[in-house]
Amino acid sequence: MKEFVEGSHAVAEIVKLCKPAVISAYPITPQTHIVEDLAQMVADGELNSQFVNVESEHSAASVVLGAVATGVRAYTATSSQGLFYMAEVVFNIAGLRLPVIMTCANRAISAPINIWNDQQDSVSLRDSGWIQVYAENIQEAVDLHLIAYKLAEDKSIMLPVMVCMDGFILTHGIETVDIPGQKEVDAFLPPYKALYKLDPEKPITLGPLVDPDSYMETRYAVEQTQKKALSMIPGIAADFNKTFGRNYNGLIEEYHTKDAERVIVAMGSVCGTVKDVVDELRSKGKKVGLLKITTYRPFPCDAIYAALKNIPKVAVLDRALSLGSFSPLLTEIRAIFTSKKKKPQVISGFNIGLGGRDITTHSIKEVFRLLTNKELTSEYIDLKPELLKENYDISDSAGGLSERRKEPSCE
Amino acid sequence: MAARLVIDAAGPNTIISNNTGCLEVFSTKYPESAWEVPWIHSLFENSSAVASGIEAALKYLGTKDKINVIAQGGDGGTADIGLQALSGMFERGHDILYVCYDNEAYMNTGVQRSGLTPFETNTTTSPAGSQSFGNIRPKKPMPEIALAHGIPYVATSSVVFPQDIQRKVKKAFSIKGPKYIQIHVPCPLGWRHDSSLTYEIAKLAVETGLYPIIEYENGVLAQRKIKPKPVEEYLKKQGRFKHLLNNPELIKKIQDIADNNILKYKLSLENQSSV
Repeated sequence: MKEFVEGSHAVAEIVKLCKPAVISAYPITPQTHIVEDLAQMVADGELNSQFVNVESEHSAASVVLGAVATGVRAYTATSSQGLFYMAEVVFNIAGLRLPVIMTCANRAISAPINIWNDQQDSVSLRDSGWIQVYAENIQEAVDLHLIAYKLAEDKSIMLPVMVCMDGFILTHGIETVDIPGQKEVDAFLPPYKALYKLDPEKPITLGPLVDPDSYMETRYAVEQTQKKALSMIPGIAADFNKTFGRNYNGLIEEYHTKDAERVIVAMGSVCGTVKDVVDELRSKGKKVGLLKITTYRPFPCDAIYAALKNIPKVAVLDRALSLGSFSPLLTEIRAIFTSKKKKPQVISGFNIGLGGRDITTHSIKEVFRLLTNKELTSEYIDLKPELLKENYDISDSAGGLSERRKEPSCE
Repeated sequence: MAARLVIDAAGPNTIISNNTGCLEVFSTKYPESAWEVPWIHSLFENSSAVASGIEAALKYLGTKDKINVIAQGGDGGTADIGLQALSGMFERGHDILYVCYDNEAYMNTGVQRSGLTPFETNTTTSPAGSQSFGNIRPKKPMPEIALAHGIPYVATSSVVFPQDIQRKVKKAFSIKGPKYIQIHVPCPLGWRHDSSLTYEIAKLAVETGLYPIIEYENGVLAQRKIKPKPVEEYLKKQGRFKHLLNNPELIKKIQDIADNNILKYKLSLENQSSV
């Protein structure tokens, strides 16, 4: 059914339809509306779930870990510092092979404290063993949650999935969204059947000490499963498209890339802005396009290679940094082509929209303007020169030291 | 040993969530396991939160009434790094028994001080030296902290009283809601005594008043009465207190702690009738 709703509410609706037995979350902006809505659904008897109000994100992640280990479906959501606070549990959940689903409402990392959107939080946890998908808009955020449960709980996968959606832009934005009915959801997503669970009838030991004799093989197994997920996602997306009338590939989306001379690679809601600019520039005869990455982990190298190998100039947008080195997405896109004969002449990297700095169509045009034969590696878009002193003073960046403004004197 | 007693008392319909620590390390080296009941180890500080998730799942499945849930950890995993999650578990009212095996230091990593290390104890991170008498603070009052949450059952016990441990575990499981049991367990390696003295030393901890054996059911106190012995008898048997032995002033400070316990929990058999 089509509804004009806030992103968080739409996500809460789809989570409700997935019938998690246990929900646990700790409030952090901009994730709050999702779990508030779920709490209300439980309070109103619309949703039969155990809603566990925890004292921290560390426990939120631990509660869903314990619940899924007991053989039921679970859900949590977080952002930014919350994700970092549960980081060791995040790795643990993947290592224990528990198909937890978590929404990450993407938000910048402190210091300085900033509640607005970039992708530093989830990108920083890309090595945790979780599958990570990024939504372009609210509809996609809704759909990806359903796809996430289907994928995570598949007997050949059994890995957690993080559904990343840009904070405020998608969590608090309002769009017309098609929210599926319970019948279709039930047909697409069968009840969770655990491969292994804590059950006195059949005792098992989960999370034993594994020494050098076998630890490496457990890592290898997760790696192989990530590869398996890569081959399964397009099939699950195709099933999804059939049931719900969408058009996802699941791994990537190619937008006017076929004959393009210049292509932007990006993840998340910025792709919507890029599409607008691509449409505008195409109408003026410019051969530009977008490659949207939906699945970031596992990283769809082959699909990206096929999409970009004939593109002369590629610009990669990073909304997360690896301070002291090249930005994460740029590094990985470049790595795909290291041993390839066919490759773009230029793969330039742009850092954009950090801490909620608005990414306008003008910002994207600037990226296309800078995408020339000269390869750039760490080009910041929309920096404010007036805030960058010639004699750089560290105190300006130390958590944003600010002085009380002096009153003008009356003399 | 203490864990064995706890599990036996809890019975086969039990799920255990275990903090990282000595117990987890020696009992579950892959591909073997010593656990005959479903058992999970996640991290160092989150066994009570993992158990909260297990309990919530069992409630959803409608099987909670048939299955006991135990969360357990050592003194550090309980009173230091795990305290926040444990407080959350108490405050939310989960039907879980938390068991703390208290050997008074981080033994698994090599005898570093924890919040439950006693006053003036020599550990690797609170060493005695020319400028130090060891640990500078008394034990964190974990049973009181648990009690302050208003939970229905809080108790301490000691590995020297197996029947007491089992009685208390069974009692705990007869009560709905969060329960806390703290069991004193000597660690010969960390306390630096011959393991043949384990029983005797654990008994002295109780008999001196340094480790009160108490029980609060709905806030009402019951205790194991003692004829108090001087703390020196307990201290002199352990290497971790060796630096105190020629210093009556320092010993007196520990005697004061024991005397306070004896008063506070009404432990003394002399001058009052037993409860």
